[in-house]
Amino acid sequence: MNNESVIQTRNLTKYFGGKAAVYELNLDVPRGCVFAFLGRNGSGKTTTIRMLMGMVPPTRGTGTILGHDIRALTPEVRARIGYLTEEHQLYGWMNVKQCGEFQSKFFAKWNGRIFRGVAGHFGLKPEARVKDLSRGERAGLCLALTLAPEPELLMLDDPGLGLDPVARRGLVESMIFLTRKSDRTIFFSSHHLSDVERTADYIAVFDRSILRACCPLEKFQESVQQVRLRFPGTPPALPKIPGLLQAVRTENELRVTCVHYNGEAETALRALSPVEMESVPLGLEDAFISYLGERGEKTFILSEMEAQS
Amino acid sequence: MAVTFNINTGSNTPIYKQITDQVRLGVASGRLAVGDQLPSVRALAEDLVVNPNTVARAYADLISEGLLESRAGRGVFITQKRKIYSRAEGWRRLEPMLNALIGEAMILDFTRDELREAFEEKLSKWKHQKGGDGKNE
Repeated sequence: MNNESVIQTRNLTKYFGGKAAVYELNLDVPRGCVFAFLGRNGSGKTTTIRMLMGMVPPTRGTGTILGHDIRALTPEVRARIGYLTEEHQLYGWMNVKQCGEFQSKFFAKWNGRIFRGVAGHFGLKPEARVKDLSRGERAGLCLALTLAPEPELLMLDDPGLGLDPVARRGLVESMIFLTRKSDRTIFFSSHHLSDVERTADYIAVFDRSILRACCPLEKFQESVQQVRLRFPGTPPALPKIPGLLQAVRTENELRVTCVHYNGEAETALRALSPVEMESVPLGLEDAFISYLGERGEKTFILSEMEAQS
Repeated sequence: MAVTFNINTGSNTPIYKQITDQVRLGVASGRLAVGDQLPSVRALAEDLVVNPNTVARAYADLISEGLLESRAGRGVFITQKRKIYSRAEGWRRLEPMLNALIGEAMILDFTRDELREAFEEKLSKWKHQKGGDGKNE
């Protein structure tokens, strides 16, 4: 394994009108990993992928994909990247086999066994017409078309969107299967955190055009912690806690969610002299929601608490 | 292999830790014995539908703890059991489970004596199992 980055961006920025869709993005995706690109709707994920594929010119900043400048990608470089869009565009009048034959003409390399294998995995019959396929079947067909040229880099834009649990499991299985080749890289965006938990080595968390976290999956999960403090009566007002994400108070409990919970935060919380205090790890989904959750509500809760003190 | 792995996503416990916990439990309960072979990283990853690096990390942790041994070209095996945790660390891990057990028993209206009795009975069943005899000290 080498440490070379298959995707690298420096201060990559895209404005639409006066609004930044992607702001000063610095990303390094190592070769051979599964990299999940997470964030709420409209946070800039698709724009980033389209910039990386050379389909949207950046306003400023630089980026390379497979070592090539994203502003000048040649057909040869693009052929080494398997790009699956959100829309699953196909010709309705073709059947599954014809789709494969048609697509194969655009690629120097085409592995018919992979195409038939993946299509079969999704229960697709060669003579089935595209217009009669379900959403999950179309997704399976698109995945088969994307994988057959054996791309060294896969860019999957929300591949699980709208799929039922069975079709999604098929997708996840295909992704795990693909890691058999250790130099193959998968970059995908998703809202399905259980799929991300199964597949991803690294995650990048995007929030309103800005990259807020980029690290190994477990590291993200482990760095968001919840501390529960119990009090004999009403919990006291919360002091300033480094890394505070959210605070929820109930009748005699204070639940504080922090990122990078450390000695300083612990000391500050202990000073409230709770009768009981325990720190609990959070699942990926709760960690993610705390990380990106609505600030408004949080500050509302906090300002209310401050007003009481 | 006498252990069936079972993975839950959405848990507070990361997947690699679920795997290490299940191997430790298998060894502690005697369902896994010294010399037993575990599935290869690739096989377990595809069976559980998880990233192979996650399984590899779990195995690496268990190897560094001395619970597993990787024999070149042959696979991964349960090795001689060594002391895994300090007493303090052991208590730290045990306590939440004791609390949960006692809490649940109280909710279900079991008396202290019933609980003690049930506990003793369970312990007597584990006595003859490997690793359950307190030699861990």
